[in-house]
Amino acid sequence: MRPFHYRAPRSLDEALALLTPQAVPLAGGTDLFLKMERRQTQADTVVDLKRIPELGRIEAADGGVRIGALALMDSLGASSLIAGQYEALTRSARVVGSIQTRNRATLGGNLANASPAADTATPLMALGASAEAADATGTRQVPVDQLFLGPGRTALRDGELLTAVLVPALPARAGSAFQRCVRTAMDIALVNCAAFVRLDGDDPDTVAEARIALGAVGPTPLRTASAENCLTGARLDERVVEEAGECAASDAQPIDDVRAGADYRREMVRVLTRRAIWKAFRRARGEA
Amino acid sequence: MEPPRIRITVTVNGEPYQEDVAATRSLLDFLRNDLGLTGTKEGCGEGECGACSVILDGRLVDACLIFAAEADGRRVETVEGLADGEALHPLQGAFATAGAAQCGYCTPGMLMAGKALLDRNPSPTHEEVAHGIAGNLCRCTGYGTIIQAVMEAAKES
Ligand SMILES: Cc1cc2nc3c(=O)[nH]c(=O)nc-3n(C[C@H](O)[C@H](O)[C@H](O)COP(=O)(O)OP(=O)(O)OC[C@H]3O[C@@H](n4cnc5c(N)ncnc54)[C@H](O)[C@@H]3O)c2cc1C
Ligand code: FES
Ligand code: FES
Repeated sequence: MRPFHYRAPRSLDEALALLTPQAVPLAGGTDLFLKMERRQTQADTVVDLKRIPELGRIEAADGGVRIGALALMDSLGASSLIAGQYEALTRSARVVGSIQTRNRATLGGNLANASPAADTATPLMALGASAEAADATGTRQVPVDQLFLGPGRTALRDGELLTAVLVPALPARAGSAFQRCVRTAMDIALVNCAAFVRLDGDDPDTVAEARIALGAVGPTPLRTASAENCLTGARLDERVVEEAGECAASDAQPIDDVRAGADYRREMVRVLTRRAIWKAFRRARGEA
Repeated sequence: MEPPRIRITVTVNGEPYQEDVAATRSLLDFLRNDLGLTGTKEGCGEGECGACSVILDGRLVDACLIFAAEADGRRVETVEGLADGEALHPLQGAFATAGAAQCGYCTPGMLMAGKALLDRNPSPTHEEVAHGIAGNLCRCTGYGTIIQAVMEAAKES
């Protein structure tokens, strides 16, 4: 491993001051450690964020929830502020890696690492969440569906840290769901899908609003606008859900790789999208 | 650049240690090579097998993906801390009785996974035990006897 200086600041301001272009932030290290070992980063300084207490909090905010970037997957999966309300997020946090992984891996690290397969990215996109980013000059918000630019690339600027994720209040008659398929328990997703559905106040069979996000089938996690349009304003039945799955599959841009072929991935998008929509729909109706 | 070193204070199995380590040192190499605690094993070195499992401030973690520097000021529990002198920990006794180890390479990690589980949930169901050791791979014994051993240990303690 390339030698580096290890710094463990106690405050956000101190951390931001240490983040020179040669420095890399360290959260749980479940991605970064191996990147460093494989010399995929040139950093000469590692800035460990785990000693900054305020970055780890999960708290109610503005009717929704504010999740510190350093919140552990294990804490997310167990949080009563998230379970029930934001089911898609709870489910995704609970399937990241092993117990050992979830005891180290953070939400901020999952997003900042910008893998197309990052499991918490699609639920956050479906839930309409924003990332909060801070640098020495202040903070700004970036919608999670605009955070990813390509594999390993985010809209975070040099010297900027992801400090929190803000999930808006769950509207009435709304629900979400997460689905994924994997080769083995410890592998990253071949495909994942998150759906958010809000039902009409007058007709509980009609979708007023839908957001569908797909993972591992493009250079970044992506929203499928055609599937969302297909659902919005429609009365949900087998035919509509089938069509939404079809639309999602055509919006997907899967590739062949060692894990699976593109055709298989596209077929799985169809299946997982349909399942996620039905689950989100039942939750929105308070049936699950 | 001269490889930077850092002075860390870590409590391992109740004993405080103060050591100078290279910033690049993994917690696993620190335990094995600097402290001579070779009970913790290296399998994959990539967070996939759990052979290197230790308990860090009460949480089960893979020591192969952690820098020793990250453990500064923290408490680490390893397999060496389980027995009380010659008296085996109930988990160790149960593993021996159930025949839950063959080559033994996964065993230290399995024991720590079992301990982390029982510390939180003293009487787990079969399914909870299976879930509790899901991050630990065993190539020999099969998980049946390992789960059985953890269940037995739960009854004893
Ligand atoms: C065995 C194993 C299984 C895994 N399984 C899954 C899985 O099922 N699903 C999945 O999605 N992932 C999986 N992963 C990948 C990884 O665990 C997750 O992506 C995790 O959430 C990364 O978080 P971290 O805190 O460990 O990030 P780190 O490794 O610390 O950081 C990752 C990257 O983000 C940057 N970074 C971290 N925090 C911030 C911040 N606050 N602001 C700006 N930049 C930051 C770092 O500089 C680094 O480039 C797995 C990893 C392993 C080892
Ligand atoms: S050696 Fe650490 S998980 Fe395999
Ligand atoms: S006993 Fe050999 S790997 Fe488990």
